[in-house]
Amino acid sequence: MTLSVDDVKRVANLARIEISEEESQQVLIQLSGIFSLIEQMQAVDTSHIEPMSHAQDMIQRLREDVVTESDQHILFQSIAPQVEASLYLVPKVIE
Amino acid sequence: MQWEIVIGLEIHAQLSTRSKIFSGASTAYGAQPNTQACGIDIALPGVLPVLNYSAVERAIKFGLAVGATINSPSIFARKNYFYPDLPKGYQISQFELPVVQGGHINIQVEDIEKTIRLTRAHLEEDAGKSLHEDFHGMSGIDLNRAGTPLLEIVSEPDMRSSAEAAAYAKALHTLVRWIGICDGNMQEGSFRCDANVSVRPHGTEKLGTRCEIKNLNSFRFLEKAIDFEARRQIEILEDGGNIRQETRLYDANRDETRTMRSKEEAHDYRYFPDPDLLPLNISKEWIEQVKAMLPELPEARHNRYIEDFGLSGYDANVLTATREIADYFENTVKQLPAQAKLCANWIMGEVSGRLNKENIEITHCPVSPAQLAELLARISDGTISGKSAKDVFDSMWQGEHGSSADAIIAAKGLKQISDDNEIEKLIDEVLAANPQQVADYRSGKEKAFNSLVGQVMKVTKGKANPAQVNTILKKKLLE
Amino acid sequence: MLNASLKQLAAQLLEKKISSVELTEVFLKHIKTLNPELNAFITINEEMSFAQAQVADKMIASGQTHPLTGIPVAQKDIFCAKGWLTTCGSKMLSNFISPYDATVIERFNQVGAVNIGKTNMDEFAMGSSNETSYYGPVKNPWDPLAVPGGSSGGSACAVAARMAPAATATDTGGSIRQPAALCGISGIKPTYGLVSRYGMIAFASSLDQGGPMAKSAEDLALLLNVMIGFDARDSTSLQREPEDYARDLDKPLEQLRIGLPKEYFAQGVSQDVANAVEAAIAEFRKLGATTVEISLPNTQLSIPVYYVLAPAEASSNLSRFDGVRYGYRASDYTDLEDMYKKTRAQGFGAEVKRRILIGTYVLSHGYYDAYYLQAQKLRRLIASDFTEAFKQCDVIMGPTSPAVAFNLGEKSGDPLQMYLSDIYTSAANLAGLPAMSIPVGLGDKNRPVGLHIVGNYFREAQMLNIAHQYQQVTDWHLRAPARLPEA
Repeated sequence: MTLSVDDVKRVANLARIEISEEESQQVLIQLSGIFSLIEQMQAVDTSHIEPMSHAQDMIQRLREDVVTESDQHILFQSIAPQVEASLYLVPKVIE
Repeated sequence: MQWEIVIGLEIHAQLSTRSKIFSGASTAYGAQPNTQACGIDIALPGVLPVLNYSAVERAIKFGLAVGATINSPSIFARKNYFYPDLPKGYQISQFELPVVQGGHINIQVEDIEKTIRLTRAHLEEDAGKSLHEDFHGMSGIDLNRAGTPLLEIVSEPDMRSSAEAAAYAKALHTLVRWIGICDGNMQEGSFRCDANVSVRPHGTEKLGTRCEIKNLNSFRFLEKAIDFEARRQIEILEDGGNIRQETRLYDANRDETRTMRSKEEAHDYRYFPDPDLLPLNISKEWIEQVKAMLPELPEARHNRYIEDFGLSGYDANVLTATREIADYFENTVKQLPAQAKLCANWIMGEVSGRLNKENIEITHCPVSPAQLAELLARISDGTISGKSAKDVFDSMWQGEHGSSADAIIAAKGLKQISDDNEIEKLIDEVLAANPQQVADYRSGKEKAFNSLVGQVMKVTKGKANPAQVNTILKKKLLE
Repeated sequence: MLNASLKQLAAQLLEKKISSVELTEVFLKHIKTLNPELNAFITINEEMSFAQAQVADKMIASGQTHPLTGIPVAQKDIFCAKGWLTTCGSKMLSNFISPYDATVIERFNQVGAVNIGKTNMDEFAMGSSNETSYYGPVKNPWDPLAVPGGSSGGSACAVAARMAPAATATDTGGSIRQPAALCGISGIKPTYGLVSRYGMIAFASSLDQGGPMAKSAEDLALLLNVMIGFDARDSTSLQREPEDYARDLDKPLEQLRIGLPKEYFAQGVSQDVANAVEAAIAEFRKLGATTVEISLPNTQLSIPVYYVLAPAEASSNLSRFDGVRYGYRASDYTDLEDMYKKTRAQGFGAEVKRRILIGTYVLSHGYYDAYYLQAQKLRRLIASDFTEAFKQCDVIMGPTSPAVAFNLGEKSGDPLQMYLSDIYTSAANLAGLPAMSIPVGLGDKNRPVGLHIVGNYFREAQMLNIAHQYQQVTDWHLRAPARLPEA
């Protein structure tokens, strides 16, 4: 598998990380090295193995449907970058 | 060329739990911005989700109500994308193993029955809201809705007209309210529809390229948007063009759909199992428990009303529009089993009209089913006329005399004169006082009969039983 | 005082030979002396520490004491602590005053322990040298030219330099054990699910596990007694009967079977490390243990598997850092997308971005099966290697790290080399097994060597017993870096 600069840019865009042309080139070299290590995985036949998502074989515990949280928006918004009228402000959202 | 429209719907029903699907914040509608967004809902660093029991139970209820398979285990997955109303940068949803798989809903359009298959229904969390009113050129984000439990119900592309799509959406809307999992309030966004629409030449198998229409917040808009979209696609194809797979937004003001994003810009959601949540196991015992809680479903009641009460399909539809109406009907007819049609007419007519006019829910109807039955019994046994029954109903509505029909009839003296002897005596008096009309009738002027009936009713202030007056008057005039 | 064990400190507090306020003062003073050079702490907040010490003194006065009441504990800056700057070593959270307490913090608060400061770490716990911290690298107290290991380098340094008697840490691929080894202290990563992850800023949720660092196994046992416990707020938290992790410390080791994976002693281990580890194993034989050669055939795969799964989870876990609700936001941007991209480009350091990109790639359309799913399958293979191995032995031992601490800057330009230093540690995270590191000698340049002990699930008490017995007959755990000033 060979990574391209376009792959790096595509992924950076998905991850919403600004990346310059120069950085893309650098990252490409590093990622290619890492992926050459990762490629070792492909040598193993895993067709008979169940994927393992969790470290423990457990099932989901359920929470009782009760309201336990009270309004803390003043505390929470005291550390927000930009707030007005109790709303978090962001550059205009265009639908 | 003849075109066939193919429609599948994705419906998001907000589940009516007290708290959110993964946090203990309240789901109540209409609170001040961000006052119901707790640390988990605003995705503080380090917080974790824990699944709400009631959200799962509602999903099971739905699955059982549509005859679906309840998957166990089912898996929660992360759907990754950036949007300011999505605080974690991913939505917790279900992907490969949804909680509900398969199932079906029967619909009826112009007396033709049709089964719409469901693909799946899965649990997920709702996003917050972006408010676009101007804050110095910025948008405001309210995360109160973030984390509200949703059941996304996905149909197969089984619908062939906007009417079918609307009938399906309405049937689902009825069902989710019926089984008490969603309040169905479309204005508040508790029940939201997206439609996948494509067209293909009649008689062909291959599905055309589809467009997804978002933001259909009423059944009327759903129909209009589908009609517009189908026309748009057909026009493009007939002009030799191609349909581009894309997401479109319905603009109700202009009654048109427009591009929201094309497939090229489509998200790569990078679904993967959420490591913070474990497989959801639903035991057979739990399913049995939920099954036992499930009420008789609208379709079953609909059929029973036709078979047991001899109601028309139309009447049965109206009476099963909500569980509350159906319960009201059943509680009324229970007292008056032989008069189901009378009960149905009154509930669909007088009762519904009055409730609508005064904007009251049937559960808060001032006239109880038992009280209504008492009134209707007096109509059917001839104690009062249909006309005076409306006056009595009005008094009952106002709560006069404890809303008791009999008490109101007595107090107002509305009791019909149904005694043959008494009516005969009254008729004799009227005949004696109107010799001319009697003579006219006997000489063949039919109209004179009505005039005589009118005289009798006038004398009795409308209380004489009209059927009896007719019979006796005819007999007297033939003498 | 600075070299005292937790038990000794508790005794002094209980006997009122020293107050918690005084003890806190001693450690804060030592921090002020050493931290400018070592950079182990990101945040010191004397006012808040003293306030806690005062509460502790009242608890002691009223007789409601716990073995850790009044004892200063350094908290890794990955744990949210209400009112404390909680940065996770990142510019992204350089202004984040946490509005809530992590469960681990809450549990320490409940017993009256004193938060002595927030320790430096690799940014979002991504690193093996502490060089990725936005707050600058931590120095190894044994040799300021060397790295302390990572990601819990600040905690390891703080304990090794006696700036705190104990510290919390987290371990996703070795982040407790590797810095413990490189700094010559003891550290344990418990079985996945025992320590609540609530309030512990997530790196890779299915691998992350909090744990303590201290001088000795005995101290670790006391710390585990506080840190471990069911938490309803963490769906992956295990519901188990509470244990006293110190209960078996004094058991003899006669029946102990130590598994030595041939893969761990093959190539790649430097001679000094191999010598120290072998000497330690010889010590265990003297204590009555037997050794058996075992095989963990998929050891080599643990690095590629880890470097798929951890970045994948991280890429998603770190999406919440978007400059909207808290943390850093870029100052100049043209629109929403640009705000996201600039905020994340400026707020994250190079290593974090690298891992986000790897993780995004392996989850992206068309690559999921080949990378993510394949890695999950291999994860099971790696876990079952251990299941097989534990049929032959009680614990598995080997080196914690292939070499002693490397020099600052030596590997920072080569991420791949850096990743390979997790070779012995990441498998335990993939399997969810408990694992620890204890100091067993000094290698090249007098830099410490750690012995890695992997136990079966929930065998923490047994592992601590093993480590404690070793520490009863050796003194590596008592040695402090000679160059440090005595306080």
